Amino acid sequence: MQDDAAIIARVNEILAAHQGMEGSLLPILHAIQEAFGYVPQAALPIIAQDLSLTKAEVHGVMSFYHDFRENPAGRHVLKLCRAEACQSMGADDLAAHAQNKLGIEWHETTKDGAVTLEPVFCLGLCACAPAAMVDGRLVGRVDAARFDALLEEVR
Amino acid sequence: MKDFIIPDRDFGTPAAKSKTMVTLSIDGFDVTVPEGTSIMRAAAEIGITVPKLCATDSLDAFGSCRLCLVEIEGRNGTPASCTTPVAPGIKVTTQNAKLKQLRRGVMELYISDHPLDCLTCAANGDCELQDMAGAVGLRDVRYEAVETHFRAKDTSGEANPQWLPKDDSNPYFSYDPSKCIVCNRCVRACEEVQGTFALTIEGRGFDSRVKAGMKDDTFLSSDCVSCGACVQACPTATLTEKSVIDIGTPDRGVVTTCAYCGVGCQFKAEMRGDELVRMVPYKHGKANRGHSCVKGRFAYGYATHKDRILNPMIRDSINDPWKEVSWAEAMEFAATRMKGIQEKYGRQSVGVITSSRCTNEEAYLVQKLTRAVFMNNNTDTCARVCHSPTGYGLGQTFGTSAGTQDFDSVEHCDVALVIGANPTSGHPVFASRLKKRLRQGAKLIVVDPRRTEMVEGAHYKAAHHLALKPGTNVAIVTALAHVIVTEKLYNEEFIRTRCDWDEFQDYMEFVADPRHSPEAIELLTGVPAAEVRGAARLYATGGNAAIYYGLGVTEHSQGSTTVIGIANLAMLTGNIGRPGVGVNPLRGQNNVQGSCDMGSFPHELPGYRHVKNDDVRAIYEQAWGVKIDNEPGLRIPNMLDAAVEGTFKGLYCQGEDILQSDPDTKHVAAGLAAMECVIVHDLFLNETANYAHVFFPGSTFLEKDGTFTNAERRINRVRKVMAPKQGYADWEVTQMFANAMGADWTYTHPSQIMDEIAMTTPSFAGVTYEKLETMGSVQWPCNEKAPEGTPMMHIDGFVRGKGKFIRTEYVATDEKTGPRFPLLLTTGRILSQYNVGAQTRRTENVVWHAEDVLEIHPHDAEVRGIREGDFVRLASRSGETTLRATITDKVSPGVVYTTFHHPATQANVVTTDFSDWATNCPEYKVTAVQVMPSNGPSEWQETYDAQASLSRRIAAAE
Repeated sequence: MQDDAAIIARVNEILAAHQGMEGSLLPILHAIQEAFGYVPQAALPIIAQDLSLTKAEVHGVMSFYHDFRENPAGRHVLKLCRAEACQSMGADDLAAHAQNKLGIEWHETTKDGAVTLEPVFCLGLCACAPAAMVDGRLVGRVDAARFDALLEEVR
Repeated sequence: MKDFIIPDRDFGTPAAKSKTMVTLSIDGFDVTVPEGTSIMRAAAEIGITVPKLCATDSLDAFGSCRLCLVEIEGRNGTPASCTTPVAPGIKVTTQNAKLKQLRRGVMELYISDHPLDCLTCAANGDCELQDMAGAVGLRDVRYEAVETHFRAKDTSGEANPQWLPKDDSNPYFSYDPSKCIVCNRCVRACEEVQGTFALTIEGRGFDSRVKAGMKDDTFLSSDCVSCGACVQACPTATLTEKSVIDIGTPDRGVVTTCAYCGVGCQFKAEMRGDELVRMVPYKHGKANRGHSCVKGRFAYGYATHKDRILNPMIRDSINDPWKEVSWAEAMEFAATRMKGIQEKYGRQSVGVITSSRCTNEEAYLVQKLTRAVFMNNNTDTCARVCHSPTGYGLGQTFGTSAGTQDFDSVEHCDVALVIGANPTSGHPVFASRLKKRLRQGAKLIVVDPRRTEMVEGAHYKAAHHLALKPGTNVAIVTALAHVIVTEKLYNEEFIRTRCDWDEFQDYMEFVADPRHSPEAIELLTGVPAAEVRGAARLYATGGNAAIYYGLGVTEHSQGSTTVIGIANLAMLTGNIGRPGVGVNPLRGQNNVQGSCDMGSFPHELPGYRHVKNDDVRAIYEQAWGVKIDNEPGLRIPNMLDAAVEGTFKGLYCQGEDILQSDPDTKHVAAGLAAMECVIVHDLFLNETANYAHVFFPGSTFLEKDGTFTNAERRINRVRKVMAPKQGYADWEVTQMFANAMGADWTYTHPSQIMDEIAMTTPSFAGVTYEKLETMGSVQWPCNEKAPEGTPMMHIDGFVRGKGKFIRTEYVATDEKTGPRFPLLLTTGRILSQYNVGAQTRRTENVVWHAEDVLEIHPHDAEVRGIREGDFVRLASRSGETTLRATITDKVSPGVVYTTFHHPATQANVVTTDFSDWATNCPEYKVTAVQVMPSNGPSEWQETYDAQASLSRRIAAAE
């Protein structure tokens, strides 16, 4: 966690960069997540003030999107698709394997801080189901073996 | 709206305002409604109730509950009747086999995630979910609740992460997430009605929950201002008044008027027996339109507070303890003393102060007491210390001493110029209506030394904030006029037809002088010239421009001049006499307009007619059968000065705490101490009562009949909902006292007093209780020319004939900063507390504001070594007090700010006795002060506390 003063300074820079933009709340939240790896709670009232919104509204928007995280993730983020096509191709088994192997549930991070496991609904890679995403990189036809290989890669 | 016990029909969606009418058929009946009306509302108009959950007529249609589905011939599917507008000739069916089945299915889904604990639920009998289950004929729920939001533990006994505990942080209502159906009504009410945007829906899908503020907030720590709009909107027990949880549902409702600020909101006092269960804002109240603030909605607990005095009390000297006596004995004692004083010191040695908190009828009787029984004109009222300059300034320029519009007018305003007022705190319900207009695109200009809550908020921001130095109002207002005149932005046609052209020429010559230009006064006011020019251009050319102003205008040594300057601005630009414009004083107290109307001032008989006028005096001399003094009497400050000199000895003070609310507390105390008979008529042993010899216990607004007149001249009925706890309504007490003094008054109901007022006062000639009963309320003037009252004034011409332009020369106040007192103190209010706090301090409202704090700019704080929360000494040339400091850039460097709600602080020990040149309205808003760190209470606070506790003793009954 960074101290609040540093967060506020950086958030203010991001807000300045988005000055005058129409509908800037989502781009700002993305930029903050980009900068910190998560959206610190301390940023919300500052964003609200800047955009003539309230902290409740910003919280409402942020909590609507599962992608915006309140706390820092592990060093790597592993997303497994849970949508219909992937499910029909064994995503459930893969998910169980992944949770077992990592020893964590959805949205959790391994004790060593290396991997955060997230469910995701449709990566648009149905033809290569089951699909996964490792730090923003798409991977298709993931089975247990390929999953283990991916894990080796990031550990 | 939870109105099922005491029904007040909910039409589901707001009324459409279109003039074009549309005819359609619903269930075979033809109905004609304005274009834009929803099918739901059209059906409701002919008595067909379409089942609904997420719709209520205080909010725009939302279309989420899917219960109000209907079929329209020739259209596909089953549209929601709340979001579907009417169209000519369509044929709507609200009930058939298909719709019934769909609604039951929807209801089953709702109920599958709702606890079935109706019998022990606070909303039992007052729950729309319950009613709708009945309405759709729900008999069975096919879905088994596996994952729920309402079970604290899931079926295997594990804690259910979806279950959230109750949030009881707000003192007045509780939030129970387990009963929530996520209809969004609370969130929308907070946004659309109140405009605070404190609530949101967090998460999505099954995880959607109503949330106040951010993740870790509670209702109390969120932006919530506790206005109660969400509670009012909630169809279930999710948001419920704690009083309903404690007592149960009410069984009757009485419509009455709030006794806090000058907005004059109407409420339904909902009762069970003689216990008040809750105050619910009244949808048909024309000032509030169904909205409320924390004070009127919830802060009525003072009426039953243990501090309330219920027996009359007397004592020989203020050093003695009080002795409780019978009413008769108290009257006898008071009358004997007052008669004795008049015999010894003369007719002019006694006087009265009428209350702006009491009813019109009560104020009328109190001034009648001094004029017809004491036989002098020594009457004054607390308007002296707030809006007396409004009376003078608007009287001189327009010809009436009142605001020109009704509150509905704000819905048509394009530019709002708010001067020296903080409606968000002082007039919250009006602020909500203004903010709604601002969110629709109207522009805002704020003139205030402090960056108040009004300057920016959710979804709006003032176009210009002129953060002037306290005391320079006249300079700014004249500079605005300078820009309008020199840039030729004035409305010549309006001025030629409606105002005196010669006076305008003279005024134009005066303001056009370069010494009034924004550039010339920049150093003086501290406001950048460009901002002033921008604001002037916006006001003059932005469309319908309305001025709303408050005590920041009047409570200055040049208060009356500023009011005149404001009137000049409106006349220059032609912003008078139609909806959306005008000059609107935001009156402080519930009935300050009324108490002024009722002749409370020493120079005016009711209806603002000077006592020098023989014909006016003749009316009253005939009605009252006495001779009326033709010389104006004493104003409050004059009374106190005369008391110190030894010529004024007796005072009957009804419902005003002059010791706390009037400036220069030490002087007030000295005046009161010098009197031989001070009669205080109040709910509580207030600060003034420390110097009183007789105490008449007062009755609350819940305990009497009468009328209040609000800031828009609206005469609202106050209705008795319970018997006076101390035996008599205030008007009865005044009558008993007058009769003890030898009068022969025989009023048996306040309506008879109103009849007398109507008979003697032209502007009230048409007012009767019957009319108020049928019309709900009426705005004066109400007479033969305007039998239904006058929502808007000066439509075709000014009351005085031609509008009068008057020069407004800026003269700096004598209260100046210097090396010893380098800072300027200005005072104000906060939302949760009211005036001297006698009422609100005796309610749970103290959770929001437990003490007065001093706002100081970081720069001023740093050079004095003051940190956040430090105890500081606040000293002026008059006196000093101590309080805690908070560091904020809401105030400019060189300016400090505090409130005056708490007697422990006594901010008025510090304020000076400078006052308005025309009306003696004290200069509360400017005091040169010094601030320094301190360890504890000042000497004055300690002596005062000792005197107060000594004086408040009540002797034990023998």
